[in-house]
Order: sequence, then structure tokens, then C-alpha cells
Amino acid sequence: MSDSDNYEAVVQSASSEVASFEEHKKGLIGHFHHALHATPSLVPLIVLVASIIVFGIAVGSNFFSAYALTLILQQVQIVGVLAAAQSLVVLTAGIDLSVGAIAVFTSVIMGQFTFRYGIPAPISVVCGLAIGTGIGAISGWLVSRVKLPPFIVTLGMWQIVLAANYLYSANETIRSQDIATEASFLQFLGRTFELGGAKLNLGVVLMLILVVVLAYCLRSTAWGRHVYAVGDDPEAAKLAGVKVNQTLMSVYMLVGFICALAGWVMIGRFGSISPSATTGTFGNIQSITAVVIGGISLFGGRGSILGAFFGALIVGVFELGLRMAGADAQWTYLLIGALIIGAVTVDQWIRKVTA
Amino acid sequence: MEPILKARGLVKRYGKVTAINRSDFDLMPGEILAVIGDNGAGKSSIVKALCGAVIPDEGEIWLEGKKVSFSSPIDARNVGIETVYQTLAMSPALSIADNMFMGRELRKPGFMGKWLRKLDRPAMEKFARQKLSELGLTTIQSINQAVESLSGGQRQGVAVARAAAFGSKVIILDEPTAALGVKESRKVLELIQDVRSRGIPIILISHNMPHVFEVADRIHIHRLGRRLAVIDPREHSMSDAVAYMTGAQVPEGIAA
Repeated sequence: MSDSDNYEAVVQSASSEVASFEEHKKGLIGHFHHALHATPSLVPLIVLVASIIVFGIAVGSNFFSAYALTLILQQVQIVGVLAAAQSLVVLTAGIDLSVGAIAVFTSVIMGQFTFRYGIPAPISVVCGLAIGTGIGAISGWLVSRVKLPPFIVTLGMWQIVLAANYLYSANETIRSQDIATEASFLQFLGRTFELGGAKLNLGVVLMLILVVVLAYCLRSTAWGRHVYAVGDDPEAAKLAGVKVNQTLMSVYMLVGFICALAGWVMIGRFGSISPSATTGTFGNIQSITAVVIGGISLFGGRGSILGAFFGALIVGVFELGLRMAGADAQWTYLLIGALIIGAVTVDQWIRKVTA
Repeated sequence: MEPILKARGLVKRYGKVTAINRSDFDLMPGEILAVIGDNGAGKSSIVKALCGAVIPDEGEIWLEGKKVSFSSPIDARNVGIETVYQTLAMSPALSIADNMFMGRELRKPGFMGKWLRKLDRPAMEKFARQKLSELGLTTIQSINQAVESLSGGQRQGVAVARAAAFGSKVIILDEPTAALGVKESRKVLELIQDVRSRGIPIILISHNMPHVFEVADRIHIHRLGRRLAVIDPREHSMSDAVAYMTGAQVPEGIAA
């Protein structure tokens, strides 16, 4: 220890190469683990493909038909759009219980504006989208400025919006035939077209475009990085120069807008406009289910919107597959419950950075 | 000579606790000013007031002779004051490059960047890698690694590299070597001197007396929420400094 004063000088002669190691001892499971860690949406994709294959074998070749597979897309379109919205909130470490209620309320607004006030249908749709965005803005303001927990804000908003929906509509359903004859634009997203023997509607197309656009925004724009940073650690994000409140505000407004889009999709899907559509009460749980199965962490900052989309499809595959197999509908819920717990377990395993 | 960053009469109270008690602060152009003090002396608080993370209740701050008031760290950053926080302020799940450019991302030139707002990932990664190499952080294998996969020292290195890369007027380092290994802390000290040689002054908060005495031009001793004295490290010993900051001894010319 004679030269203890100068021990730091040795550093000068240290190598300045970027360290690299032989990646060898990982084995098959190791590589698999690494791939899952790098691309978290792989897990729901694998589950999706596996469940399609399993149901294909169990149900028979009917299940592989273009008809059955596009039917799944049609059936998940509303939940798929809501799950896209839910993903954004969950990525910011929040949760939105009002997504379904906003969708139903905005669909009612689009219908009532057209039929009660005689406003042209396209303008009614724009009004619906604007009101959806406005409801999102109120939630966003309460979360970002008043600093209330998102769970509480949206729990209240869910009840408020749903009640407003019944009060405003006087619990009155607008019939499908009336819409078709007088304001067919409201059903625009329900229009179908053929694609290689498969029947698709514009609502499905909207869902697919929405997922792709949001995936791009989250991955490749500064806004998307900020959404992740805010969900990860809002305090750190703030010190690092992210406008946390503005980011939260933009997320909640966008979520309101997307929920209103889901409202428009609902009109296309159901034909009629009903304030008592089940989406109002179950839309939130369905979208959260899709998000969790899709591997997005409820603690925020981790996961991808593609995963949530696959999550919605998995639920759709289970529902249709079990129905085609003639099983009791309760099996669907039982299996989805198991899937939720399984998804979170797998998620925890992937999180382990070491290994 | 006029100080580049000057504060007079800063006060910050948290309820009944006074964190800053009418404190003054001066940073001269091109110098390394170390801020030392006992735990709870309020050195972090005063530095946070200078970088916008804390809004003082009273007092004024001047940057280059112009009065400034920061309502957030973003304000301070926009005028060229860059800070490395003790907590490092990084998003664990995001990559090194994402973290370095957080809040000031580069966009692709042309249509993709202007209209689709696409990030210029290759440029950001290249820049981040270059800055890390300058700091000697060569044990980081991939610039796309999530920050949570780095060791504590590597994280601190990334945070220091971020501040050094973007700070144009003042760089504030809050305990920059606390979690670093021998090689990394040596590199940080070299970097501090390197930054000074480019003419950018540095505020260094540290408990590591040898490091403070090695690099600092002046030492600001903080005690009980205010500036007790500013000493020259060439004229005082480490034990003097420790005696002053703990109150065991009072520097000459200061009334007890």
C-alpha cells in the first residue's frame, strides 16, 4: 500500500473498448426469455396463435375458415378500440373505468343530436367525438391538476356519464331501420366489404388503423416516450424535462376521443342506438382484461399497445371457440379469469432482468 | 468580476422547517464551486432553488446579471442550467438514448420528422454513445439497454453524461460520485475539469472531501440553511473545512 495515493492513475491505461461478452451459455430457454424481454407483445401473440390452433383442432376445420376468423375481428372491434384507449391510460400508471360509459354516451349523443335536433349526421358524429374528448379532458384535469387518483376520478366519471346517458336519452332506443333510412352515415362504420371471401366492416378497419397509428406514436415519437416516462416515474420524468401534466392531459383527452370513436363503432356494429348497451357497464372490465392479458403492466410504463390488441383478440377467440364447441358460456369466463392470472405470472417472469 | 449565477436572500420553508434561511450564493464564470455542509444543512435545497426544482419563498436569482425566476426545472434547462440530481431522474424502463434525450428529442429531417414527428433514433443513439465513450463508460454494452439493467454507477455516469452534453451555462452536480467505482469517479472528476476548460462553471455538491479539494476553485460551506463562508481550498485544510461545516470551529472574520 505504499502507492495508495495514486491508485486512481492506473485508470489511464485501462482499455477504452466497448465491452462485449460471448453470448453462449443461455440455452434455448434463455434465448426465449431474452426475446420475450425485448419484445413483450410476443407473449400474447404466442397465446393467440396457440389458442387458435387448439380451438381449430377441437372445433374442426370450421374454425380456420375466413368466415370464423373475421367474425372474431368483428366481435372484438368495440372492445379492441376501448382496449387501445385503456392501454394509453394504463401506460401512464392510471386506469380508466369510464371508457365503456363514454362510448355509450357518445353513441347516444350522435343519435339524439341527429334525431332530436335534426343536425346532419356527420356533424352529430363530430359533436359526439368532441364531447368524448371533453369528458376525457375533465378526467385529465382532475388527475393531472387536482392530483386525484385516476381510479377514483374515473370511478366517479363512470357513474356520472352513465347516469347522464340515461337522463339525456330518456332511456329511449333509436331503431336500426330509422337510422338506416334517415341518417345512414351514423352506421358508416358498419358497412361491410369482401376481402378474399372474408367479410369485414369499416369498424374493424378503424380498429386496425387505430392500433397501428398508436403503436407508431408510442414507439417513434417524443410524445410516446413521454407517456412511458410519466408512467414509469413521474417525478423523474418531470426533473428530466417532461411536461408531466400536459402529457397526462393529452392522454386522457385522446382516450375520451377514442372512446367516442368506439361509440361510433357501436352504432355500426349494433345498428341501433341504445343507452342501455352492455358496453356501458362491462366495457371497462373487458378493456382492462384485454390490456392485462396483453402484458401491459398496471403499474405503468411497460407494455405495448399491440399486446393489448392481441389480448382483445385472445378473448374473442375464446368466446367464439367455446361457443362453436358448444360449451357453457361460463367456461369462457372461467378460462379468461385463468388467463388474466397466467398473463400476470408470465409478466413477472419476463420482468426478471437477470437470467 | 460579476458572478454568472447569483442569489440573494433566498428563503424556503416547509411548514415549520426552514430549509433555506436568507442564504446568498455566488458562482463565478469558469470556476468549480463545491458546496459542502452537514446532512440537513440545506445544500440540496439551495441547489434545487437554483435549478428550478424548488421555488423559493423569498429572494432573487440572477443569471449573467439578468434576473431570472424558474417555475420548473424545464425553465432552468432552457436557459442552459443542467442538473444531475441525486435521484438521477431517469426512467428505468426506457433506453439510455431515450433517457439522455428526454424532453429534447431529435426528430428526423424532412417529411417524416416534420409531419409524422418521427424520432431520429440513429442520430440520438450515435450521440449518446459518443458522450458515454467520452466519459469512459465503456462497460455499457448497448445504448438501447433499459436504464434499469445498468449498475448504479453506470446509471450515474449516464446522468452525468447527459448534463455534460447539454449544459451550456451552468452544470450542477448533486453528489455525482457517490455511487461510482474508482474508474468512473476518476472519469467524472476528469470530466468536471474538462467541462471547466470549455469555460462552463460547475456547482459540485459532495461529501467526498478529497474530491472536493482536488477539483474545486472555491468551497461554499453551508450551515444551518445559509452560507457560512466561502473558502479557498489552497489556504484551508480538509479538517478546517469539516470543522467549519460541523460548527466545531468558526472561520476567521465571521462572528460566532
